Amino acid sequence: MTSETKTMTLIKEIDYGTPASHSNKLVTLKVDGQSVTVPEGTTIMRAAAELGIMVPKLCATDSVTAFGSCRLCLVEIEGRRGTPASCTTTVAQGIKVSTQNDRLARIRNGVMELYISDHQLDCLTCAANGDCELQDMAGAVGLRDVRYGYEGENHVFARSNGEANPLYLPKDLSNPYFLFEPSKCIVCSRCVRACEEVQGTFALTIDGRGFASHVAAGVDEDFLDSECVSCGACIQACPTATLIEKSIVEHGQPEHSVVTTCAYCGVGCAFKVEMQGDKVVRMMPYKDGGANEGHSCVKGRFAFGYATHKDRVLDPMIRDRITDPWKVVTWDEAIKFTADRFKAVQKKYGRGSIGGITSSRTTNEEVYVVQRMVRAAFGNNNVDTCARVCHSPTGYGLKATFGESAGTQDFKSVDQSDVIMIIGANPTDGHPVFASRMKKRLREGAKLIVVDPRRIDMVRSPHVEADFHLQLKPSTNVAVVNALCHVVAVEKLIDRSFVAARCDKDDFKQWEAFIKDPKNSPETLEEITGVPAADIRAAARLFATGGNAAIFYGLGVTEHSQGSTMVMAMANLAMATGNLGREGVGVNPLRGQNNVQGSCDMGSFPHEYPGYRHVSDTATRKLFEELWDKKLDPEPGLRIPNMFDEASAGTFKGLFVQGEDIAQSDPNTQHVTHALESLEILVVQDLFLNETAAFAHVFLPGTSFLEKDGTFTNAERRVNPVRMVMKEQQGMAEWEIVSRIATEMGYPMKYSSASAIMDEIASVTPTFRGISFEKLDRLGSVQWPCDDEAPEGTPIMHVSEFTRGKGRFMLTEFVPTDERTNRNFPLVLTTGRILSQYNVGAQTRRTENVVWHTEDILELHPHDAEVRGIKDGSMASLTSRMGGTTLRVKIADRMPQGVVYTTFHFPESGANVITTENSDWATNCPEYKVTAVQVMPSNQPSEWQTEWEERERQNKRIAETSLVAAE
Amino acid sequence: MENRDMIRMVNQIAAFFEAYPRPDALKGVADHVKKFWDPRMRKQLKEYIDGGGKDISPLAIAALSRKTKAS
Repeated sequence: MTSETKTMTLIKEIDYGTPASHSNKLVTLKVDGQSVTVPEGTTIMRAAAELGIMVPKLCATDSVTAFGSCRLCLVEIEGRRGTPASCTTTVAQGIKVSTQNDRLARIRNGVMELYISDHQLDCLTCAANGDCELQDMAGAVGLRDVRYGYEGENHVFARSNGEANPLYLPKDLSNPYFLFEPSKCIVCSRCVRACEEVQGTFALTIDGRGFASHVAAGVDEDFLDSECVSCGACIQACPTATLIEKSIVEHGQPEHSVVTTCAYCGVGCAFKVEMQGDKVVRMMPYKDGGANEGHSCVKGRFAFGYATHKDRVLDPMIRDRITDPWKVVTWDEAIKFTADRFKAVQKKYGRGSIGGITSSRTTNEEVYVVQRMVRAAFGNNNVDTCARVCHSPTGYGLKATFGESAGTQDFKSVDQSDVIMIIGANPTDGHPVFASRMKKRLREGAKLIVVDPRRIDMVRSPHVEADFHLQLKPSTNVAVVNALCHVVAVEKLIDRSFVAARCDKDDFKQWEAFIKDPKNSPETLEEITGVPAADIRAAARLFATGGNAAIFYGLGVTEHSQGSTMVMAMANLAMATGNLGREGVGVNPLRGQNNVQGSCDMGSFPHEYPGYRHVSDTATRKLFEELWDKKLDPEPGLRIPNMFDEASAGTFKGLFVQGEDIAQSDPNTQHVTHALESLEILVVQDLFLNETAAFAHVFLPGTSFLEKDGTFTNAERRVNPVRMVMKEQQGMAEWEIVSRIATEMGYPMKYSSASAIMDEIASVTPTFRGISFEKLDRLGSVQWPCDDEAPEGTPIMHVSEFTRGKGRFMLTEFVPTDERTNRNFPLVLTTGRILSQYNVGAQTRRTENVVWHTEDILELHPHDAEVRGIKDGSMASLTSRMGGTTLRVKIADRMPQGVVYTTFHFPESGANVITTENSDWATNCPEYKVTAVQVMPSNQPSEWQTEWEERERQNKRIAETSLVAAE
Repeated sequence: MENRDMIRMVNQIAAFFEAYPRPDALKGVADHVKKFWDPRMRKQLKEYIDGGGKDISPLAIAALSRKTKAS
């Protein structure tokens, strides 16, 4: 069943008033004569709500701990004196609670009367009309009159008695997405607590005392100038119109909503898309979302405007040569042109001369169809995915050691971690919703080890401080983890019983001898890594003995020449210390894009079918040959960097690119550009005429996530439903476009729906066997493996044994990268991203998120800046042996001296003009994180940037003005 | 694929397997190339090794020549 056939209603989750208790001990009580049994520690308010009895409340909401300030939720308990607040009073065995009687009604009425005496009475014209808890409570308690009048001291009117009112504060409109109207505030502090407890930023506070109390952002400044990260948690928590989305102010309340999955990072937050007709008015994080449990970040919550941005192209376009202007054509013409050219190229250059790249942003179903087109219609295995350039070492390393190419835990598992090790990841910016969960656990007392050349925010932020920041030199990851393992081994900290029971004996013995060698000691490696040996020793002891220890890592691990070795080294550390197979532990990749995991699962690699089975495996190949009625190639195909190499060499001539901007995101831009220019057919399927489209012959408009029906799989293997909230703006589902190209090429391919595609995936992929759209509708989401043994999915992997049987220790010799600094290029460039922008920025640059970040900035250490005479805010040239670009400089000491840092969100920055051809030994994942560079003062754009501007103008011309642009 | 890229890539693979006992290292390098390299890349590599294999690590040469003989 699809969302279209469901009744359109506005989903409203129940607010139980206070958070759930997780105690195993149960307590039975009576509320208004009805019996209820709840875990010990539950509040009376929540116990009542379990029965459907909603005690009036204002300052309580179940996302934050109770506060007990509004005094509206008072109850009576038989045998106890007074009227305790039900939000702060916990249940006790056998108590009898009354939530409604004359006495309570009088008290509540009095409380509301006081509240309303200092509140605007503009309900009819208020943006929260229809969604205001203050209004609801006034109704619930039957407030009819306010005896105190409105003339006294108040926060409501700008002037009182002809004079300026010092208590009145004007609206703060500084944030692009929401406004703050202090005159409507009831000082319940729900926003303050949400900022602390849910988000963990501590940007808000209650300033002043008594009647002067008010909510203040930062040091009582505008929201935009404060530490606020615009996650939206305060707005969600606000019971009035004080903090409210500008879209609601503009459009009014939504009338229906559909639950779907965010299309930004690999956290995969569930959102209610709240609509008026076919217009999205708000995205609200969904409380039942397995990954986010009601929280969000600025991207998912607010930055969805790109889906209807005027730059979006909705018509198919073709051109003979890439220097021609684009010609708008019908779908039939575009599909025929594509198929004919692919066939002609194959005829001329051979079966292996074309290929495809699947996207980590599209759905599993869309990815599956592209890989089928390549394998069956193209007749080769030249299919790869953009995961190649981010997490391919994760797949390789975890498969080699544990037997499955995926993270071991669910996100919730971190709630049980005692030691958290973050390596090469910047969760507050890259995976903000998970970072909030992590920070919550750290505030509860878990220890933190950060391994990163850069002092990321997690190293020190409000109420979070790393116990160890191992500030290693870029490219020395493997040396650091080897040193950690060495300490574990020589200081007798190995979990012998775990290793004996769960791991391969011979591999372990070999590894133990290797790792104990003095060459792996922290003292020997200190000079290479730059990390004091004593810190390594102390961190290793903490990791091995501190309780449940979990590793979370990102692209700072994978995007190195030894990316795969590093993944295996971390797996070794986790196995040696027995930190696998239960809650609170594990090896966890933080995936960059929404469907990185899924695109890999769906057989996007040139050597693997769906479910990570090698193309040379005869049984698997037979299975697909029968299903697809086509003889399949048993040899591995080209990976993305190989495609570029072979394009330049002349053996690869045609490429289909689904939703990825390889010209901007892949390293060594000028090499990529040259390769793309060598192609005789390049097909780009995307929302926008991206950088890659400048080299394309066919542009096939794609669908935004709001127009898709399908699934995304997040970093915790959670298959999340993606539901269509509006019809395809360009008229066709992406899987249908692909199917029609294959059919036009002479290989008939037909699917009736995304659901049917998932059924096919389930029929041939053991780990997906139990997954169907019907089950996802029923359960909300499912973590694979999902089969007969685990029909509701598998949150934690490798519980009683590893997927491969015995865990395999791998030898992880440290091999320095070929990329070395020298006199000409004395600095090391490393790259990353920031909170408000996403990856190549195609989406976020087309939203108001640009108020936080309008250009990529080069961060330079004060010493490195001084010796070069570079001032903060000035322009500087950044050059490597590959090329050069010009960026604005920010002087910062977050990196050690000798290391510079930038982001890659804007195409004109050309960050990848600098990066090199170096790649991971096992997977060819590019070494983005290490490039030897020089930085010098400059006042003009680089040669490449000048060329880019010219190309931007030339190659994106459209012949006729028939382009139908969305608003 | 340019020879210099091919040489760098195959030497990187060999460098990982150097840590292993010789028989495992030989098998490791040969299997890796067979499993992950497209046939045209393998052909280029084989021809290059047959032509002397300048700058290719001895382990890689041993592993891949052995493979050639075997197959």
